[in-house]
Amino acid sequence: MITPPTQTLLWLQAASCGGCTMSALGAEPEGLAEALRRAGIELLWHPSLSEETGAEALAILEDCRAGRRRLDILCIEGAILQGPSGSGRFQILSGTGQPMARWVEALAERAGTVVAVGSCSAYGAMPSANPLLEAVGLQFTGDDKGGLLPEGFRSRNGLPVINIAGCAPHPGWLLESLMALTSGLIEASGLDSLGRPRFWANHLAHHGCARNEYYEFKASAAEHSQLGCLMENLGCKATQAPGDCNIRVWNGSSGGCTNAGYACIGCTMPGFESPGSAFLETPKIAGIPVGLPVDMPKAWFVALSALSKSATPDRVRRNSREDRVVVPPRRRSPT
Amino acid sequence: MTRMIVGPFNRVEGDLEVALEVVDGYVAAARVTAPLFRGFEQILVDRPPLDALVVAPRICGICSVAQSAATAAALGVALGLSVPDNGRRVAEMLLSVENAADHLTHFALFFMPDFARAEYQGKSWHSSCVARFAAMKGTSAKKATAARARLLHVIGLLAGKWPHSLALQPGGVAKSVDMGERMRLLSILADFRAYLEDEMFAAPLEEVAALDGPASLDRFVEGHEDGDFAFFLRIARDLGLEKLGAGPGRFLAHGGPLGQGGIWRDGNLLPLDLSGLREDLTSSWMRGGNLHPSKGVTMADADKDGAYSWSKAPRLDGMSMEVGALARQRIIGHPLITGLLEQGGGAGSVRDRVVARLLELALLVPVLEALVRGLTPDGAFCSSGPVPERSFGCGLVEAARGSLGHWLTIERGVIASYQIVAPTSWNFSPRDAAGNPGPLEQALAGTPVAAGEAVPLAVQHVVRSFDPCMSCTVH
Repeated sequence: MITPPTQTLLWLQAASCGGCTMSALGAEPEGLAEALRRAGIELLWHPSLSEETGAEALAILEDCRAGRRRLDILCIEGAILQGPSGSGRFQILSGTGQPMARWVEALAERAGTVVAVGSCSAYGAMPSANPLLEAVGLQFTGDDKGGLLPEGFRSRNGLPVINIAGCAPHPGWLLESLMALTSGLIEASGLDSLGRPRFWANHLAHHGCARNEYYEFKASAAEHSQLGCLMENLGCKATQAPGDCNIRVWNGSSGGCTNAGYACIGCTMPGFESPGSAFLETPKIAGIPVGLPVDMPKAWFVALSALSKSATPDRVRRNSREDRVVVPPRRRSPT
Repeated sequence: MTRMIVGPFNRVEGDLEVALEVVDGYVAAARVTAPLFRGFEQILVDRPPLDALVVAPRICGICSVAQSAATAAALGVALGLSVPDNGRRVAEMLLSVENAADHLTHFALFFMPDFARAEYQGKSWHSSCVARFAAMKGTSAKKATAARARLLHVIGLLAGKWPHSLALQPGGVAKSVDMGERMRLLSILADFRAYLEDEMFAAPLEEVAALDGPASLDRFVEGHEDGDFAFFLRIARDLGLEKLGAGPGRFLAHGGPLGQGGIWRDGNLLPLDLSGLREDLTSSWMRGGNLHPSKGVTMADADKDGAYSWSKAPRLDGMSMEVGALARQRIIGHPLITGLLEQGGGAGSVRDRVVARLLELALLVPVLEALVRGLTPDGAFCSSGPVPERSFGCGLVEAARGSLGHWLTIERGVIASYQIVAPTSWNFSPRDAAGNPGPLEQALAGTPVAAGEAVPLAVQHVVRSFDPCMSCTVH
């Protein structure tokens, strides 16, 4: 493998739960440290993983901010808090007395590329559900362009912020993006309109869902733990949410949320934190789900649903309301 | 007197700043600051109750399952549900695996790299420690990271991903487990047992679990020096970590798969009774009274005089309590921990906290194996029921780093209040109305500071020995 020239990476945690780091630490099979090495990345500092602490860590941050040390990649995990009243005092970078928001702004100016790790850093996400916090993403506030950094922000290498959305994102979304970045393969055209790398955001979470047969026949689960499709009743947004979740191995098993029995909440989408109705119930008008699959005309959805429901095999209908297969597929009798 | 501020304090989960007053080479007083406010309790209010299953786990990326478990338990009480045995087993597996993974992360990635620092050059164990535990490089750290990733396959299989899932439901779990999956679970656990027996302990887990006091621990070190556990114990003995970082000597545990909960105070084990729990706001940037979490409020006030942390200060009957693996094993009464505590005066130490955590690794694996083996092929995994218009629930669990409680009330069918007391809220709490320090503040007093140390090493050992999670603290 050809190793590209070394690039430096600094990682800071804004208002975060630390889950994006924890997810990345589960990268397999090579592991996070080795994946970074293969990408030619020198980790300047990471709040959970580096040796330096206190004054030693601060010296690294100050050198980057002052331009004394080259900063190629700036990874920010967590939303940026601008409250109370625009002061940013809800998060002071410890040891500095200065708001994290100011540090991130200053470092972003120096960075070759800025990477938002996770939906909080990309769009604000869960913290932005508390208006008091005045939480924003790096270059978006929910769906709206412009966050801590303006809509027109471009880092030294000419790219907007790269949004590795997800709560928490799959380790591969981050590490493959970083590898592509250090190989010079990430261009603005490789990002979608919300800044997400298209190599994973061109898919829907629905793709590869093991419940697909139930989806096709609109054989729906009524409660969690049942095998049926989760879209009609239980709030599943997999037919709308970008992500190759269900065509990847996630913590050693195929697929993520829906294969584990619960609804996709669309965690790669801006605004997922406040869906406007209960997360785990599908809002309906006249019995028809409000959130239809993307690209699907409503009339067709209604017509096809009615048709598939009328054609649902008994096996699929009965299994959809059980927590395990009670009616196995029948063998076709030899003719 | 010299004043020092240590921050950013890294290799802890989340944001931490520690201010020290140093007199004659020792810490005279410490102030522990949580410099981030996240406002999750406010996010939860007015939402449909089951939304808490989505919101609350996102308080923490390292205790995500523990947060899920406390949420599901509180909702389960509020909805009046009982969890079928298979569902309970899977829920306990998820929490036990997260706790084991967190113990390992703490030991290999957060705690041990400090002994690989250049300041320890010249110690007989230093070059070996650099090879094994240097941050991002050590061979033992890499093996632990790989073993942790493999162990998390249990969560991948049962919950789809880690962190942040909806696998834990008020009535059980969202997915049943079939025969093949049961076999895969046993296989993952066999890999983890092999890692622990080959690398961590260089001994069968049962031999570790049978350690019954300081003398047996000393004998163990002599025979198993290849293992990371004995390697740590050798360093601990050389540096006197058994004398560093004594806490309040009062312990709290909620109870869980490893054993009973309770309260340890004045040399006595008392039943778990949290009616005397209050969250003291004297030193917190918060308004409101010092209330029980069932009646508590969260109102931020960044300008409050005399305050120095976003953490509240939980007190039980007016007293600070230490929580975590050491507290759990003291309350369960494991002979090794009982013996170590009695040897050192009962208030614990850096060594004791780390030993308790690694002991729990040895204890958790057999518990997990039994949980898998006890699944019944025909049993249910989940029950369900409607959300009442008015109700109340409390969920008490043990996260890796200690006791976690959720208190919620439902009115008019939505969440009317939601209060969380996290493990590190206990351990890293600021001073209360009586001026009493939190457990870490107390443990830091008396810690040596060598001349010229920018970031005193002993202070780092004491702080990290608690395995703090600041993300949870400032929920």
